[in-house]
Amino acid sequence: MNAPLKGKRILVAKPGLDGHDAGAKVIALALRDAGADVIYTGLRKSPGFIVRTAIDEDVNAVGLSILSGSHKELTREVIAGLRAAGAPEVAVFVGGTIPPEDRAGLVEDGVRAVFTSDMPLAAVIGELARHLA
Amino acid sequence: MSKTPSGIEVPVVVTADMAPRGDPEPPAAYPFTRGIFADGYRGRPWTIRQYSGFGSAEESNQRYKFLLQEGQTGLSVALDLPTQCGYDPDDPLARPEIGKVGVSLFALSEMETLFSGIDLGSISTSFTINGSAAMIYAMYLATADRQGVPREKLTGTIQNDILKEYVARGTWIFPVRPSMRLIADSILYSNEVTPRFNAISIAGAHVRDAGCTAVEEMAYTLANGLAYVDELIRRGGSVEHFAKRLSFFFYVHMDLFEEACKFRAGRRVWAKLLTERYGVKDEKALHFRFGVVCGGSSLTLAQPYNNVVRVAIENLAAVLGGAQSIFTCAYDEAFQIPTEFSAELALRTQQIVLHESGVASTVDPLGGSYYVEWLTARMEEEIRKVMEEIEAYGGAEKAIEDGWLQQRIARRALEKKRAKDAGERVVVGENRYRREDQSESYGEVFRLDPAVSGRVLEKLERLRQSRDAAAVERMLARLETAAARDEENLMPYLVDCCHAYATVGEMVTRLKACWGEFREPVRL
Repeated sequence: MNAPLKGKRILVAKPGLDGHDAGAKVIALALRDAGADVIYTGLRKSPGFIVRTAIDEDVNAVGLSILSGSHKELTREVIAGLRAAGAPEVAVFVGGTIPPEDRAGLVEDGVRAVFTSDMPLAAVIGELARHLA
Repeated sequence: MSKTPSGIEVPVVVTADMAPRGDPEPPAAYPFTRGIFADGYRGRPWTIRQYSGFGSAEESNQRYKFLLQEGQTGLSVALDLPTQCGYDPDDPLARPEIGKVGVSLFALSEMETLFSGIDLGSISTSFTINGSAAMIYAMYLATADRQGVPREKLTGTIQNDILKEYVARGTWIFPVRPSMRLIADSILYSNEVTPRFNAISIAGAHVRDAGCTAVEEMAYTLANGLAYVDELIRRGGSVEHFAKRLSFFFYVHMDLFEEACKFRAGRRVWAKLLTERYGVKDEKALHFRFGVVCGGSSLTLAQPYNNVVRVAIENLAAVLGGAQSIFTCAYDEAFQIPTEFSAELALRTQQIVLHESGVASTVDPLGGSYYVEWLTARMEEEIRKVMEEIEAYGGAEKAIEDGWLQQRIARRALEKKRAKDAGERVVVGENRYRREDQSESYGEVFRLDPAVSGRVLEKLERLRQSRDAAAVERMLARLETAAARDEENLMPYLVDCCHAYATVGEMVTRLKACWGEFREPVRL
């Protein structure tokens, strides 16, 4: 595989109390293989912690993994936090158990793209590369 | 297909000379390959136990009554994340999660409502609770006390398996050592006070859903089982006694024979391990009793109605494997809380398998099949091999504390995802026979009442106003003092706290003050 995400810094984060981290870890490993510098937060992080880490680590993108149904609240808090911290350019992506009818709303809130578990990794990487070009 | 999903090469045909020599022992005879009961499901059908719970106690109480009225035979309580992770609903981390993936049970008042009109003396209840399992078990005892049900009549299960939470499910609270103590406390207490209750259900389901194979699922679970046995022995428990109340919990995914043989092999390995390592003699203590869940990550978002068929096949595998209790996921469970319609369909699936398919009318109908006996033996070998790797690393507790097992599972999950992306592992409707024009509609959409979280917060506030604050403080202080003394069993203190309407968050906060919190090893 070539390195379509070379030079990109990406934070993979688990906001809230959701403990399902298989997807987050698979994505983190796959993005690393695609050339990105990946920082993974581990579980149970507050939106505030995620925003601070994104800024401290100077990332291009934040990927939020949420399977608990709290995607709307948690995503809004992270996006608002990034804007308040003067980093609106950090692209926010969401993955996890996101019902189809909620996806448009997340994009309206400022999410660049929503990924679900049935998307091939190559498609996820391709879309990230396009957004971060 | 020439390999099982665990990577075992499958011969085109298995002949008599390839299968293990001799007939398998009869059911209920050591090492229990063919099951633990001589009469199989004829004596007692498996418990139909659908995992359910959402919102506040009132909504879940309604759903339970519906399921019981429609023929469900046991309850399985899904708790929300704040309750599972030990936070009060008004904690900032908890607020967005109130009532989302399960019911909020922040204090005894809520559990009284949850079981109102349901007699705890005549129904068995299972709780998927781990980090705060001891508190929820204490709350269950307090609820039974309030209902006037004698504690010794209580049946059911608390999952109470913290080791796999560190690996896959993530609802840990305390560091490994004090968590193991709390688990030993609850099991030893339960053996005396609620002798018909399973105070642990050692679970492989979550590591399986996180990406490992059927062989690894069984191996990791049995390795964790040994870690608990060692802990209980250290605490002075008699293995002949407590092993009778150890139970297990697994996923069933799509390979029918591998899944059925996983359980046949698991029963055998567990009985042999207890005999070889601990010299257990009592046959009842050697019994490997387990519940299962069918569905999970084997379900797809694409063409969701196909999931009904998947779950039916998995249900069949569970029965052929001899499960004691079964939960069939609803077809929409991959992306939402089931609606009443999808929940009923999942329940009917089990009833059709039980009453119409005929598989439950004779014990272990697969026994003696060349392929099945061959595959059971192969899986036993592979399970043992993986267990030896864990042992060589230093045992399950160390493998988990270091993050070694977590790393192994994440890598396996990536492998599995790549095989699926490449089409090597066929998933109908997703990577084969996918229709680009297919709609993503899955029928009725479940909508959690958005007012739930406000209602829960109000109830919490009311409880704080109305309870005897001095009594709560007294009980919590006693709990904290007892926690500092390793030889104390904390269960009686927790039951007292529950009776005084202390919240789960308050009990956990006191214990954290004494023990600290788990620090997750993040290794990619």
